[in-house]
Amino acid sequence: MRALTWQGHQDVRVETVDDPEIINPRDAILKITSTAICGSDLHLYDGVIPGVLPGDILGHEFMGEVVETGPGSTLQKGQRVIVPFPIACGQCFHCTIEQFSCCENSNPVEKQDLTAPLYGHPLTGIFGYSHLAGGYSGGQAEYVRVPFSDVGPVVVPDHLTDDQVLFLTDILPTGWQAAEYAEIGPDDTVAVWGCGPVGLFAVQSAIAMGAAKVIAIDHYPHRLELAKKLGAEIVNFRESNVLQALMEMSGGLGVDAVIDAVGMEAHGFAADNLADAVKQKVGIGADRAHVLRQAILACRKGGRVSIPGVYGGLADKFPTGALMEKALKVRTGQTHVHKYTKMLLEKIEKGELDTTFLISHHLPLEDAAEGYRNFHDKQDEWTKVILRPGMERGTARAGQAQETQQA
Amino acid sequence: MNHNSTAKKAVGLALTLGAVGVGALLTARARATKPSPDDAPDYTGRHASGEMDVEGCTVTIGKPRQELYDHWRDFQNLPKFMENLLEVRPVEGQDKANWRIRAPAGHMVDVVTEVAEDRKSEVIAWRSVEGSEIETTGRVTFTDAPGSRGTRVSLIIGYKPPAGAMGRIFAKAFRREPQIQSRHDLKRFKMLMETGEIATSARTKDQTRKAKMEEEA
Repeated sequence: MRALTWQGHQDVRVETVDDPEIINPRDAILKITSTAICGSDLHLYDGVIPGVLPGDILGHEFMGEVVETGPGSTLQKGQRVIVPFPIACGQCFHCTIEQFSCCENSNPVEKQDLTAPLYGHPLTGIFGYSHLAGGYSGGQAEYVRVPFSDVGPVVVPDHLTDDQVLFLTDILPTGWQAAEYAEIGPDDTVAVWGCGPVGLFAVQSAIAMGAAKVIAIDHYPHRLELAKKLGAEIVNFRESNVLQALMEMSGGLGVDAVIDAVGMEAHGFAADNLADAVKQKVGIGADRAHVLRQAILACRKGGRVSIPGVYGGLADKFPTGALMEKALKVRTGQTHVHKYTKMLLEKIEKGELDTTFLISHHLPLEDAAEGYRNFHDKQDEWTKVILRPGMERGTARAGQAQETQQA
Repeated sequence: MNHNSTAKKAVGLALTLGAVGVGALLTARARATKPSPDDAPDYTGRHASGEMDVEGCTVTIGKPRQELYDHWRDFQNLPKFMENLLEVRPVEGQDKANWRIRAPAGHMVDVVTEVAEDRKSEVIAWRSVEGSEIETTGRVTFTDAPGSRGTRVSLIIGYKPPAGAMGRIFAKAFRREPQIQSRHDLKRFKMLMETGEIATSARTKDQTRKAKMEEEA
């Protein structure tokens, strides 16, 4: 089959590799119909997450048609399913209390040793997200092997298009969980850093949860425009002093909850971020934690800090004093996608949530490398890229986000 | 089977369960040597005690004690999750079993074991019989976890590096040091009992560890 493989720093290629096979009883094989490039895939692209090997197939946002099932799978051939990005067994302690992204049984035993010394516990298995998360082949391919296929995949009704439901695999539940972790009340002002897909869905979720005001922070005009269309007030960190602006816009109280939807590769020229960027470049395992530092300072006393953005290593100059003295509550983690898929699918069906506004480009899988390059280099226009294995090479279709921009 | 002495040493390293007649010493020694005894398991001690390394690992498995005990007690199930154990066969007419163990460089060795302690749904301990080519012992305990969390399963092994420091370096090179191997085996047991399968990220059947190990052999 054809698949998008990682080869090195900012080097991904579509190559011909062996087709996946059913290995364990609960496996299923999907024929991919749509798969997206995630902002967190750019961390792999940039080489800031270790444990990716040349030839690894990336992609953890994918959906498709069931073409083969193991004897323990509950799926049937021909069903159309979305697949949560964390791999969860459904039976360990964590899965039974709906902490699916903390599943103990999905990261193969021998790979668990890669992260246990760093985190105290091993990571859970994730599709196409380095050997730290299991070394599973991802879904930016024609076919994918899905373990525990009786637990994760959700069958989607035929009348919904791929574009409408694909984001149930990751970014929609991730934005929703981020807003849930912000514990939003009707009088609350919520600030969201990053107007990438997760940040925008967090904005949308926070508004759906009834926040009095949502403030979105970024520096890309088009992305800020999308946030504004969702109903957020916007702050461009190139134009305004963010801390001061947030204090003023929250009536001097500070924002009730902060959401860091940026993570380890923060942009910007603040002194702490430049130092972090150097450390990250020389590969000493440092995260660029500028946004998180700023978010903690912006949060009101007794407020909530929600962190959906991905961090992988260590950060220094972390404001432990502000965290403690201001009595902040912190919630974070990979998304427990399985917990949210059915509820969010219903909201999509009822028309309460629309996710298609985000899509800027549809590309053939064959042109995936171009998709990565542009999603990385032209973040303002390339808000979300969907890859289709069936599309003819060299063809590209505009998505709704691009039309918004042109209007 | 290869009977030369290098293979025998290598085989010692390949074992999940190393060492000689540790038995009751597994619990007694470290306690005696801690100047200020605490409630932590002895094998978590910061200071080595005696010539034997004692290693232990605990997992919580969401299944009742009896089910886990029964699965383990049927030694023919052990190769399902103990990677270096190829086959366990009962020895005819005796209450013993023959364990065929994988050693580095494609070698194999047979060890006859007997049950040293057996309390239903609580503990199983085993050791190689006297005069075995290699000597091994291990002990697994099953206790109720709080509430509905299932069972805490602890595997304790005693281990004496077969050829001193060099032996350990050699073992590490093969990633078959007993501490690592026993932790992996125990986690695979958890996977098997909770999910009915052992997680692999292989995309094709010939990329699985099992296939690769067979290829090596």
